[in-house]
Amino acid sequence: MTRLSVPKTYKLFIGGKFPRSESGRTVEVRSADGSFLANASLASRKDARDAVVAARAATAGWAGTTAYNRGQVLYRVAELLEGRREQFAAEIAASEGVSREAAEAQVDAAVDAWVWYAGWCDKYAQVAGNANPVAGPYFNISVPEPTGVVAVLAPQDSSLLGLVSVLAPALVAGNTVVLVASSRHPLSAISLAEVLATSDVPAGVVNVLTGRATEIGPWLAAHADVNAIDLAGAEGADWVDLEIAAAQTLKRVLQPQDGVPALSLERVVAFTETKTVWHTKSTA
Amino acid sequence: MGFLEYAPAPESRSILSLKESYGLFIDGEFVDGSGDPFTTISPATEERIAEIAAGSAADVDRAVAAARRAYDTTWSRMRGSDRGKYLFRIARLVQERARELAVAESLDNGKPIREARDVDVPLVAAWFFYYAGWADKLEWAGLGPAPRALGVAAQIIPWNFPLLMLAWKLAPALAAGNTVVLKPAETTPLSALLFAEILQQADLPAGVVNIVTGAGDTGAALVRHPGVDKVAFTGSTAVGREIARTVAGTGKKVTLELGGKAANIVFDDAPIDQAIEGIVQGIFFNQGHVCCAGSRLLVQENVHDEVVERLKQRVSTLRLGDPLDKNTDIGAINSREQLDRIRELSDLGEREGGVRWTAECEIPQNGFWFAPTIFTNVSTSSTIAREEVFGPVLSVLTFRTPAEAVAKANNTPYGLSAGIWSEKGSKVLAIADQLRAGVVWSNTFNKFDPASPFGGYKESGYGREGGRHGLAGYLAPSKPTVAAISGTVEKTDRKGAKK
Repeated sequence: MTRLSVPKTYKLFIGGKFPRSESGRTVEVRSADGSFLANASLASRKDARDAVVAARAATAGWAGTTAYNRGQVLYRVAELLEGRREQFAAEIAASEGVSREAAEAQVDAAVDAWVWYAGWCDKYAQVAGNANPVAGPYFNISVPEPTGVVAVLAPQDSSLLGLVSVLAPALVAGNTVVLVASSRHPLSAISLAEVLATSDVPAGVVNVLTGRATEIGPWLAAHADVNAIDLAGAEGADWVDLEIAAAQTLKRVLQPQDGVPALSLERVVAFTETKTVWHTKSTA
Repeated sequence: MGFLEYAPAPESRSILSLKESYGLFIDGEFVDGSGDPFTTISPATEERIAEIAAGSAADVDRAVAAARRAYDTTWSRMRGSDRGKYLFRIARLVQERARELAVAESLDNGKPIREARDVDVPLVAAWFFYYAGWADKLEWAGLGPAPRALGVAAQIIPWNFPLLMLAWKLAPALAAGNTVVLKPAETTPLSALLFAEILQQADLPAGVVNIVTGAGDTGAALVRHPGVDKVAFTGSTAVGREIARTVAGTGKKVTLELGGKAANIVFDDAPIDQAIEGIVQGIFFNQGHVCCAGSRLLVQENVHDEVVERLKQRVSTLRLGDPLDKNTDIGAINSREQLDRIRELSDLGEREGGVRWTAECEIPQNGFWFAPTIFTNVSTSSTIAREEVFGPVLSVLTFRTPAEAVAKANNTPYGLSAGIWSEKGSKVLAIADQLRAGVVWSNTFNKFDPASPFGGYKESGYGREGGRHGLAGYLAPSKPTVAAISGTVEKTDRKGAKK
């Protein structure tokens, strides 16, 4: 006799909790071969706004942690993801229709990406900042700081590595994130949220919405309390409209790119602001 | 003659030999513009200085074509060390003609000659000198082993520091290997056109720098131009938004230095003498026509009365008048339009409950003038505490705790600059950490240096000018050198044994 399995309900991840969409809407997610996988939540404008509120509330705490602490938290994500390798591989294989081996390689790459970015937390400021030799009796230093709340549209074609490649770098400096998962492969994003929820990542630092980037993207691009938007997964011509909407509040915008972004310090620095502090020097 | 009265000490205008009219500077030569010429006037007297050509869209097109040609055939192929030598030449020529440039700037802009002479022009030379040295060292700029120039840069500069903003824009762009089309502000084109003569003296190859004068539509044509790879703008947040919208989807790289509403925070343990000087320097420098001006004074409640009293005493000694007089502290407001805006916002400040105090001073008959003004009893919701006045108008607010000071300081969509006054180093550093502003001055204000990055958070724009960071706005980084980690590799357990 075969055991009847217990399927998971995939919900949103907002402020450290797993609510359903306030809209009550879901979207059917099917595997590459057409079989039913789950009813993912179809996030609404209100869910996006709630996620921004949660992300804003978490900024001071997360940006205020020590770089060493943030590095350990991101490394902890890698540890826990490694431990759930089988689950993620199965989910990826089902959703993307790739071989088990390819799915496992994607999980491994995602784990390694967390490790790589974790190591940047207490180093990026040394590389991106510097002392400035000004012509006068002043101590003068430029340091990068987190931009604030970053909205991220995850790459559409990759269920796990794509979103980790855009999420992890945004977290390094201490930004908080509202992430819109791939519309085609949303389930790994919610499973990753379960990892984050148990990895010492404070509530609200990462918020995950599933649904349509085309529906939620414009609200996030125009939202006055979002400081930056990563359009990595904004496909087609409509991303120009998102950039135009973002101009109203002078958001920092990363333009879309094909495929999964490579590991790069540039992605970390893209979501920082350089602050330059002058202080007088005097023996008086 | 009283204790604080001085005999006039006007700087001579004879050092200037101005032309009747100036053309556009395209491809190394002055040429006629095809728009309707306009007149630039002295805001201190409303007298005509010269007639200036207006660039049409066709002129912009010619300038961009010249810049592209110079980029392709000359500037992008030149050794970095040679680009650097041109910039060093320019720095020296600016020093040699410093007096002339200072007089022209003061005349056209209305700023005191003391400031043009001691701040603007020396910094212009310093900016070129600093970036000259970067031209052959770009591989050390932190952008990978082989960063590349972007191509043609469109640069639009404001009227508050005409020549200095030109230097902030041109020096890093040229050092990085870009060519430029620059549009000076409509009311202050003069120093840029004198600077074009310096470019000729430096024998800079034709087309590397093109200067197209005109109004907003000239600038808009330049921003829109498909031949432009980079847009750098300093000016209002409203125009900055419009530029961000215009370039959306084009892939043009953008740097925006926009408005500000800086908090200048004075704690009760501040060195009060220095703080008073710093507050004055923060808001009355350059008639308050400064995007990073310390226009919101946040004073700890227990020292409010003392600070305001001493501030009024000090402001009463400022001399307003002829910008070319070497004793002048407060010059002319740059334009009638700006004067109207300052008046309008100040009147609104009064209507909204602010208590207005204005230094007693004689206002000249002609020209545009606004006496130094301090508003007390200002609340955080007052228009003058929220909107950029861009004039000699200070709003005073109070706070009780450091946390309240930070909350009030950050309560603005802007984030360009801030000031902190306290003798306690640990407090200064903790507050500096919490302020959402791109430049924080502690126990000083309005200090600038070519080695020091400048630029804002939030709606004060993005990108930095100055320092190593200022180069990044004009360079494309080398491709990331990190190897992809997704390849198939042998898997190991935690002790390193193969799985």
